[in-house]
Amino acid sequence: MAKKKNETPKASDGDLNRSLLRSMLLQRRFEERCAEAYALGKIGGFCHLYIGQEAVSTGSLSLLRPDDYIITTYRDHGQAIARGMSPRAVMAELFGRIDGCARGKGGSMHMFDKSLNFLGGHGIVGAHVPLATGVGFAIKYRGGDQVCICYMGESVVNTGAFHEALNMAGLWKLPVVYVIENNRYGMGTALERASAINDVFERGAAYNIPRAQCDGQDVFAVRAAMQEAIDRARTESLPTLLEVRTYRFMGHSMSDAVSGTYRTKAELDEYMKRDPILLLRMHMQEAGELTEDDLRAMDEEIKATVQDAWDFADASPEPPLEALYEDVLFVPGEEGRGKREEGGRGAREEGEPAVAASAG
Amino acid sequence: MPLITYRDALNQALREEMHRDDRVFLMGEEVAVYQGAYKVSKGLLQEFGEMRVVDTPITELGFAGVGVGAAMVGLRPIIEFMTWNFAVLALDQVLNSAAKLLYMSGGQFNIPIVFRGPNGAALQLSAQHSQAFESWLAHIPGLKVVTPGTPYDAKGLLKSAIRDDNPVCFLEGEMLYNLKGEVPEEEYLIPLGKAELKREGDHCSIITNGKMVNIATQAADQLAKDGINVDVVDLRTVRPMDVEAIKASVEKTNRAVVLEEGWEICGIGTQVVDYIQRDCFDSLDAPVIRVHQADVPMPYAKNLERAAKPDVPKTIAAVRKVMYLD
Repeated sequence: MAKKKNETPKASDGDLNRSLLRSMLLQRRFEERCAEAYALGKIGGFCHLYIGQEAVSTGSLSLLRPDDYIITTYRDHGQAIARGMSPRAVMAELFGRIDGCARGKGGSMHMFDKSLNFLGGHGIVGAHVPLATGVGFAIKYRGGDQVCICYMGESVVNTGAFHEALNMAGLWKLPVVYVIENNRYGMGTALERASAINDVFERGAAYNIPRAQCDGQDVFAVRAAMQEAIDRARTESLPTLLEVRTYRFMGHSMSDAVSGTYRTKAELDEYMKRDPILLLRMHMQEAGELTEDDLRAMDEEIKATVQDAWDFADASPEPPLEALYEDVLFVPGEEGRGKREEGGRGAREEGEPAVAASAG
Repeated sequence: MPLITYRDALNQALREEMHRDDRVFLMGEEVAVYQGAYKVSKGLLQEFGEMRVVDTPITELGFAGVGVGAAMVGLRPIIEFMTWNFAVLALDQVLNSAAKLLYMSGGQFNIPIVFRGPNGAALQLSAQHSQAFESWLAHIPGLKVVTPGTPYDAKGLLKSAIRDDNPVCFLEGEMLYNLKGEVPEEEYLIPLGKAELKREGDHCSIITNGKMVNIATQAADQLAKDGINVDVVDLRTVRPMDVEAIKASVEKTNRAVVLEEGWEICGIGTQVVDYIQRDCFDSLDAPVIRVHQADVPMPYAKNLERAAKPDVPKTIAAVRKVMYLD
């Protein structure tokens, strides 16, 4: 969907745009190194990369307040970083180390940070959508004006949990923005082979939920659509179902080829022309907000940040064996046990981008 | 001491805890306007309003997840399942969300939630409405599983479950709701994870839980007439299980019968027998015998249903057998 004229950022938006670009590029470089670490065996299990979808996380999270809530799927590294989690804590979690955001207990699919109201990456497709409805219920219960953002892939719209959760959100008018990151494929099954309708945001009609669709490769389009949805949630306590059309440039997970059985190289090449980082960069360069030197310097700095995260994760110890039986049940007084003082989970370095705070 | 029903004991527990803590709310099918499918929540809507006593659509997976989400951000939900038979639809939220979030988040998100409702068979409800789920739930680390058998236990255990900071599955009994028992007027709590001796005797231990506690005490009373005195160990909570109480009783009596409502294979009794063989091997004078539901889906016909269920005569026969009396 093309940007409307009045959404075009002005030159004075240069600072904001730079922070958006920085956030997106950080996710990109981070995920590239994850692929490398996975190949080296430093990351195990399932690992789903976010490359290609960065405008969705950055565009939406750049509008949130610190007291808002985020809940997401197993493709969660990008959103964790865009929300302001330390790349160190995310990488250490991926490496299965004690300084990871979940002390090495969760791994790639389960990033959590209570201090950022980041309610986790969840591994069962669709299962976290009712949780988001519950967060919306709690906000309304307490009479607050926070918003809960719930990310999901388009394949979620065929699960029962999605429908049950949206029905209650529509029925009870809860302040939740359900964001469908429609990257075209549920693993290897194309949307049109899985859903009876292609415009999946229309599923919201069944539950009387305001709904919209936007271009997920254009960070400004994401911000415009999200701003409307967030305002609706915050001021009217109403849910929105927002379909963001995006594309993943990598395989479903690290064990899936980038192209092959279910999509062609030609299709991938076509979508990569609309790389969200490229589009923002070109816009900024045209607007005179970014020179080649600026970009190079930003990229070098980000690469150093990611290298630092890698080094930190690599040096972090494995969890002690006694951690095996910790945190099965909550024992009052023992919360936060085993947390390391320096550079532990959630620790943010000086000057690191926390795009979350820049409301534009 | 007032004699009240198991239903009213639960109702008192809900009311008292909702007064005590405004983060506590009740959600489920028919809990509000209808006053509860089994009237456990009678009067609560009028007392606490529709934000705290919430009718849901028929959507078990959905509202179980709503409870977990609300618990993640600081509320203390009580999720009522009209029966645990319907909770199978919500098992993903109990197993994959409630039970695991604390662990997966490295200790950041505990889930203070109670999932409650009637469990097991009533009368002639046939196969889909007559299942005992405690062994399924007790299999899962991260949960507590509570099975009160009397009005006194129902109230004291439910209050503790609501105050617990972990997910608690609270299994009631449709056939227990009208059961009367003594419940004191003053406040009391019963700790989770502690068994209680409902009868004391030296000849044999009957180890049981939930609805079967009443079968066990009836069997004990009948056996006493023949001079056979048994311990009835009511586990009360099947996860965590009070292994010390099992051990103390079996070491005293040297014989055990394990009685449960559910099926045989991988049942609660399987675990109890494992603890006994591990901890009391040298104390046993006879093999342990289990009494349980027949290994079939519950039939409808009265005679078949009776034949399928564990009961007093089957329990007495098992006790006599481990005592080598028959």
